[in-house]
Amino acid sequence: MNSPKICLDQVWVEHTNGKTNGHFNLFPWWKRNGCGNGKSHSTPKVVLHDINLEINAGEFVCILGHSGCGKSTLLRVIAGFQPPTAGKVWIDGQRVNGPRPKHVFVFQQGGLFPWLTIAENIALSLRSIRDPGERYNKAQEYLSMVALEGVENDYPHMLSGGMRQRAEIARALAAEPDILLMDEPFSGLDYLTRLHLREEMVNLHVMFPDMTILFVTHDIDEALQLANRLIVLSEPPAKVKCCRPIQVEHPRVLTCSELGKMRSQIYHHLGVHTAL
Amino acid sequence: MLSLLLNGTENMPGLTQIGKACIELSGNGVLLRYSVASLFRVTVGFYIAALLAIPLGLFLGRRRIINRWVNPFIQFLRPISPLAWIPFAMIWFGIGDRPALFIIFVASFFPILLSAISAAAMIPPMYFQVAANLQFKVWESIRYVIIPATAPSILLGLRVALGVAWMVVVAAEMIAVKSGLGYLIVDGRNALRIDYVIVAVMTIGVIGLLLDHTMTRMERLESVRWRFEQS
Repeated sequence: MNSPKICLDQVWVEHTNGKTNGHFNLFPWWKRNGCGNGKSHSTPKVVLHDINLEINAGEFVCILGHSGCGKSTLLRVIAGFQPPTAGKVWIDGQRVNGPRPKHVFVFQQGGLFPWLTIAENIALSLRSIRDPGERYNKAQEYLSMVALEGVENDYPHMLSGGMRQRAEIARALAAEPDILLMDEPFSGLDYLTRLHLREEMVNLHVMFPDMTILFVTHDIDEALQLANRLIVLSEPPAKVKCCRPIQVEHPRVLTCSELGKMRSQIYHHLGVHTAL
Repeated sequence: MLSLLLNGTENMPGLTQIGKACIELSGNGVLLRYSVASLFRVTVGFYIAALLAIPLGLFLGRRRIINRWVNPFIQFLRPISPLAWIPFAMIWFGIGDRPALFIIFVASFFPILLSAISAAAMIPPMYFQVAANLQFKVWESIRYVIIPATAPSILLGLRVALGVAWMVVVAAEMIAVKSGLGYLIVDGRNALRIDYVIVAVMTIGVIGLLLDHTMTRMERLESVRWRFEQS
């Protein structure tokens, strides 16, 4: 691994009065660099403060931090949804200047199109396949990868939150991504479903070892269970507060001493002193 | 009391006379012919309005800056009663079906336009991010995101507009046409046949009810049901 897969070079992001790009543009990617078209005179709020990161291919990186600290913004910048105010993002040695089909973003919830069935949603990632029958079979294949079968012809609103999230992961996988950007994908789900999906994520990382996964979460246990590397962001304006690898083999027992020690350190970094 | 109801007064026809008028108008085919004529006008005017208002509304809804400029004109034209357009309709389109179609068009255009604008403006930005991530081309965003996302709201707008269009058909047919339920009302009034007027009014009501029922049925279509079944 000579050059890093993803490289962030002094990335700054400032928000002006909460206006995000793309709200009212017919095709937001046409005007990707014109973040705020309304001129505002309010002082910009620094969200990301000089972020430098290098992520290697095949890493599973969890980004932890307080809610609203800019974790999601960081992910959106890497995804190319939002240009950084200053600094550069490189992927495979190329400047990121917009969303790419191989860098797939998984939303917290509701990223599936509610007007399409699950199979049709997944088929959107498979548009390069001409034959509809083959596309359907391929969609089913990806659904079985995330342990979701028999719901191909259901609409998203007919499924539980956990199943929807699985379907969304299947759609992301169908694009054969080399980077998976997951923005708190399990935070809307109940505890048990979350545990199941964590297992599924570990399996997926074994299945696709070359896929780089960036996983934003505020659940420390989730991060400890999944990540090869943990990145903790500070309160806004966010800086990288701590960045450490986790070398514990899968399946991990969260109560083991090494992870326990790490957990209390991370709690400390996040300013929680009473826990554990 | 009962005889009053059945036989009516000097000015108001009773139920028996209305019944007779109803049988007479149905029997000689006038009622059916006029209903079809009215429905034809409403349909054509309504379709033209929908075909122009939906694309324009979607465009304006996605282009906020242009909308900001166009919106005052829309809001200026919108409160003008369709009936106020009658003189212009006659000047521009003469006599025959066309001025009536124009009035129906004006009446149904604005509800559809406004529902399309607001529906397009309220599409969650997340869907466009997904679209960008999937590298949708322009036509694919329109086909897979904009149209299906706005379909339920536009359908509601169409329902309102169809109601208004049907309401206005009477007024539209008071000018320069010789058929339709509106014409039947004017003609009945001129001939002092209030029973005809009542039959026409009741037919309008029944057809309006059926039209709305059809539009409500459309809300159960597979392509828009997601919106109405979400919690």
